[in-house]
Amino acid sequence: MKWILVALLSVVAFGGLFFSARPFKAMDTTGTPKVSHIPAQLLLTGSSTVAPLAAEIGKKFEKEHPGIRVDVQTGGSSRGIADTRRGLSDIGMVSRPLHEDEADLFAFTIAQDGISMILHKDNPIERLSRTDVGNIYTGRLTNWKALGGRDAPIIVVNKAEGRSTLELFTAFLKISNRDIQADVVIGDNAQGIKTVAGNVNAIGYVSVGAAKYEAAVGIRIKPIPISETVTTIKTSHQQNFLLARPLNLVTKIPPEGMVSAFIDFARSSRMIPIIEEQQFVPVTK
Amino acid sequence: MYSALVNKKEWFSTLVVWMAAALVTAAFLWLLGDIIRYGFGQLSWQFLTTPPRNAGREGGIGPILVSTGLILFVCLVVAIPIGLGTAILLAEFTTEEKNFGRLIRRSLDVLAGVPSIVFGLFGSAFFCNILGFGFSILSGGLTLACMVLPILIRSTEVGLRSVPSDYRLSAAALGLSPIATLRQILLPAAIPGLLVGLILGSGRAIAETAALIFTSGYVDRMPTSFLDSGRALSIHIFDLSMNIPGGNKTAYSSALVLMVLILLMNGITSWLAMRWQQARISLV
Amino acid sequence: MSPSQSETLTLWALRGVASIAGTVVLFIIAFLFLEALPALKEIGPFRFFNDASWHPTDGDFNLAPMLLGTLLATLGALALATPLGILSAVFIHYYASPTLGRVYRRLIGLLAGIPSVVYGFWALVVLVPIIGRIHPPGPSLCAGVLILALMILPTIALLADASLTRVPPQTLQGAAALGLSRWSIITGIALPAAKAGLATSIILATGRALGETMALLMVSGNVVQIPLTLFDPIRTLTANIALEMAYAMGNHRSALFVSGLVLMAIIAALVLFSERFSKGEMSV
Repeated sequence: MKWILVALLSVVAFGGLFFSARPFKAMDTTGTPKVSHIPAQLLLTGSSTVAPLAAEIGKKFEKEHPGIRVDVQTGGSSRGIADTRRGLSDIGMVSRPLHEDEADLFAFTIAQDGISMILHKDNPIERLSRTDVGNIYTGRLTNWKALGGRDAPIIVVNKAEGRSTLELFTAFLKISNRDIQADVVIGDNAQGIKTVAGNVNAIGYVSVGAAKYEAAVGIRIKPIPISETVTTIKTSHQQNFLLARPLNLVTKIPPEGMVSAFIDFARSSRMIPIIEEQQFVPVTK
Repeated sequence: MYSALVNKKEWFSTLVVWMAAALVTAAFLWLLGDIIRYGFGQLSWQFLTTPPRNAGREGGIGPILVSTGLILFVCLVVAIPIGLGTAILLAEFTTEEKNFGRLIRRSLDVLAGVPSIVFGLFGSAFFCNILGFGFSILSGGLTLACMVLPILIRSTEVGLRSVPSDYRLSAAALGLSPIATLRQILLPAAIPGLLVGLILGSGRAIAETAALIFTSGYVDRMPTSFLDSGRALSIHIFDLSMNIPGGNKTAYSSALVLMVLILLMNGITSWLAMRWQQARISLV
Repeated sequence: MSPSQSETLTLWALRGVASIAGTVVLFIIAFLFLEALPALKEIGPFRFFNDASWHPTDGDFNLAPMLLGTLLATLGALALATPLGILSAVFIHYYASPTLGRVYRRLIGLLAGIPSVVYGFWALVVLVPIIGRIHPPGPSLCAGVLILALMILPTIALLADASLTRVPPQTLQGAAALGLSRWSIITGIALPAAKAGLATSIILATGRALGETMALLMVSGNVVQIPLTLFDPIRTLTANIALEMAYAMGNHRSALFVSGLVLMAIIAALVLFSERFSKGEMSV
């Protein structure tokens, strides 16, 4: 008897949760929740690089607009684009320039992120040329001795396919990802930093802000300058990085109302300290 | 001669068993030691109760603890009844349900191997979008419930199956109905298995990252309902260690808190089960 | 309600919950299949094993090296964790004092709940540099096997422990009275009596190992290649999904779902194989 009860209760509980939950979200005909029906919530989804920054900006925005909730969800740039297109989110976060086939979206750059080469702190090499880096990554240079370093194999750390930093990096070296002879492939910046910090002979490339921050707090890495560096942004405290990528907010329609207010807020000069606190470079207008 | 050989074998096997245990303990103490060493410094009452600041580098984990608890609650409320019921069916109605049982068992074994990230993508498509729960504690809990079912069912079933068949036969001989047998004899016997399932399952649930990031989400505000998005502790650790430069310290502390929580949970489940079993025995 | 009526009702209720548990995996497979369909249509299933390499943004989609990586990492981890896990359970039951056994069991329960990201994080900072000093580069199949073994050990140990608990003490006492040595009782009587539970523990651990994502992503190097030595980096199917899903569009994204399907196929094959293998043993 008791077990019939338990079983029934579980079914009721399951169903109860289900139905009590439904009326909270307005449904459109396709069965997907329409975010726009909940006026007090602003939903951002997308790049994990932008998410911490957007969340901090969101907290400040909530303070100035009582009654508004800014929810930030991660999942990657491609998710940001897909969700924005399908109307699942109000604003998408994308940590790269938009591709040609994404021209239907409206992009607003809120900050820049630079990329820097990093070596282990104990590596005697202090500077590399663009050609050196190209030779290392394509497997033509495999020992640090050839560059005046120790007699030790070079451990090449590369980024995974599809990441915008990889695209920028290969474009900068004028090589194809096929030619890269990697020993380790990484995902996020922190993994790259920990991998290089753990191996005296490793070389990698990561976000410049993250590299500088970690080097400053004693992690055993050093960002190194590349001669013949293409700098697209110059600020007093963020030099010697290779390339920059924009951190974008994207919308499906021209922003209006609360969406527009949030984007303007994020791009205002008051956000500069917050952007710098998250180790990114503010956009100089 | 013979006994010397036996003694030698006995001595050697004892050595092997103790060494295996020592090896496992050493590996784990190494890992635990590092977490305690790096995580203990920041730990305080304030850390446990205040919200995170500066993307988690500073501040505490108050709202995150609450979200984690709520996600686990949803997960267990859904998974325990389904799991227990299925385990009883699989273990006790073998003859009646031979083909159905085999089908269920097969599908559960496959479910056990689904990568957590696939659960995440599935949960996001099914619970968040199709059922319309959005990024919420409810979606996260339901996704986790799907995930822990195989482990919960399997270990409960193992517990039930290892009840000697004499018990069932004598119960039948005494004229107890199958349901009475279930209640009086089999359920108490299922407790150790269920307990292991709960420890493994809730351990896996509370430690889950990939399945939650797409379902319960990233928002670190204090949740006010099951439909709010809430960041779980494991996602917080993941974000701090992989995505936030300078997040290592608070990542270690959060990991330490998570481990203490698991220890507490294991302790409470064991204690409850022990009391329950004792109460049963004293009734008999 | 007459006993037979209530019995029928119970049976149907149990069937109901079991059906819920059994259909979850069907939903997941259907979901994977729908997402994978564009790639299967446009690229065709064969190219996933015949293409020159894995460069999805350039239109090359060979999954075979990653499939091999997944299998090698899983087999390696099982080879380490199975003996250690079972010996751990034996230690708790037949070697350690009751207090030591309880402490040891608690320790392993704790390990079951450490998030994979913490395992990965620790291995990346501590284990990988050590391996790198022995044989560069460090992130490798070897690191993946070691950390994976550590992660699945609790599953094997706790389930083996639960099934040893259920071996009737009279059997063991009888054997001891016959003058059998401790080791002979364990290998001759206790372990065979618990073999269904042991088999289950290994199946569940295999599932966990096949599906593990974050820790392997962090320590195994992620280079898509066929490893020639234990120290070569590998990429597993799960790591591939986690690494690239967030940035994948179109066919690339769809191809990642194909790798999810491939993983499910391996698991399904494993389940069918283990069913055949353990036929008779499971139906105690």
